[in-house]
Amino acid sequence: MTAAPGQTVGPFFHIGLPYAGGNELVPPGRAGAIRLHGRVLDGDGVPVPDAMIEIWQADPGGKVCREPGSIRRDGWTFTGFGRAATDPDGHYWFTTLEPGATHEGRPPFFAVTVFARGLLDRLFTRAYLPDPELFGPDPLLDGLDEERRQTLITSRDDTGLRFDIHLQGRRETVFLSFPKHRGVWA
Amino acid sequence: MRKHSVGRVTTTQADISREIEAGVGAREQQPRLDYPAYRSSILRHPTKALHPADPEGVELWAPCFGHTDVADAEADLTIQHAGQPQGSRITVSGRVVDGDGRPVSHQLVEIWQANAAGRYAHLRDQHPAPLDPNFSGLGRCLTDADGWYRFTTIQPGPYPWRNHLNAWRPAHIHFSLFGTDFTQRLVTQMYFPGDPLFALDPIFQSVTDPKAREMLIATYEHDLTVPEFSLGYRWDIVLTGSHRTPLDSDLEEPS
Repeated sequence: MTAAPGQTVGPFFHIGLPYAGGNELVPPGRAGAIRLHGRVLDGDGVPVPDAMIEIWQADPGGKVCREPGSIRRDGWTFTGFGRAATDPDGHYWFTTLEPGATHEGRPPFFAVTVFARGLLDRLFTRAYLPDPELFGPDPLLDGLDEERRQTLITSRDDTGLRFDIHLQGRRETVFLSFPKHRGVWA
Repeated sequence: MRKHSVGRVTTTQADISREIEAGVGAREQQPRLDYPAYRSSILRHPTKALHPADPEGVELWAPCFGHTDVADAEADLTIQHAGQPQGSRITVSGRVVDGDGRPVSHQLVEIWQANAAGRYAHLRDQHPAPLDPNFSGLGRCLTDADGWYRFTTIQPGPYPWRNHLNAWRPAHIHFSLFGTDFTQRLVTQMYFPGDPLFALDPIFQSVTDPKAREMLIATYEHDLTVPEFSLGYRWDIVLTGSHRTPLDSDLEEPS
């Protein structure tokens, strides 16, 4: 079967998608809480104020969360999912925990989805923890040249992890396709 | 001022229609990210090819949502305020399946839309059509065990936008969907049958395969029409395939 085409989230997604607490996977200030944040930038390096970022991640032990409660958070259950709209400076942020590796010897990452006015379909990427090579080999990172590879790796700052997303340009983020989806004819 | 914003005021529908026509040959089932007829895409589409990857770890799973997240009443956009919203009440219902035709059960569906006059309850929407104090335009529901969703809402109006002179969007409802894998994430728009604006709209036409575009158009279904209450539209949604063999635990309803 052919998959339904995507369409842009448009300029008014704020009325339907972001929700209170969407970017707080854990309450700020909780032990071990970090900020994952960055800016979304267009091809001129101008911040994108109407983008939305989603993250989906394992817990610190590398477990994939199977608990509901991402929309109405109880403050205790770690669900692994978060959603944040960019602010007028193109900045987004999440309060979360560092993901662990879902498989021993593989670098941990946040799965990231990018939506924006002007973006006709969502984009997938990954935000790896710093120094991924210390965890082990990675088929995606190892297949990229150094400059492209760096676009997928977060850097550490005094509140946690920084991950800028460049939609275009010299530092354009590596965006992913998953062509081996079963049931989809290319 | 950035270069392309100047073009917005002088570009006509005829110019945009010519650009749409020039892209017709390719027939792609997904929207072309590089589609300059949609002016806002010019500086926001990736210029490098998407990098093929095998999904791993969390990408093979989707977040879980349950009744703790979504109340049943959120599927009715006409009961969110003290009074009845203006416009024609409609029921929109359909089935969410993956690329293998398996139902996506107990998963989140979110919608947002303009009101009957074509105005969004959003600060940045400056279209001088009336806001409706009884209509916010957002809804949520969970699919049932067989992948069905159902919303009660108001027929949204078409509205002007500033892509070019006299640009109008066909009436639509925005849909946000999750599958069983994170890689199946889909945000799209549902349109209504027979809209005269289809041919003129660069967002709809960014999907260059006409058969794929048809997948975005609901059908009128009299069996969904509720007597003395609402007209019925059916819209089924096919996500991409799953990478994962389904487990029995996927079929259980989360608590």
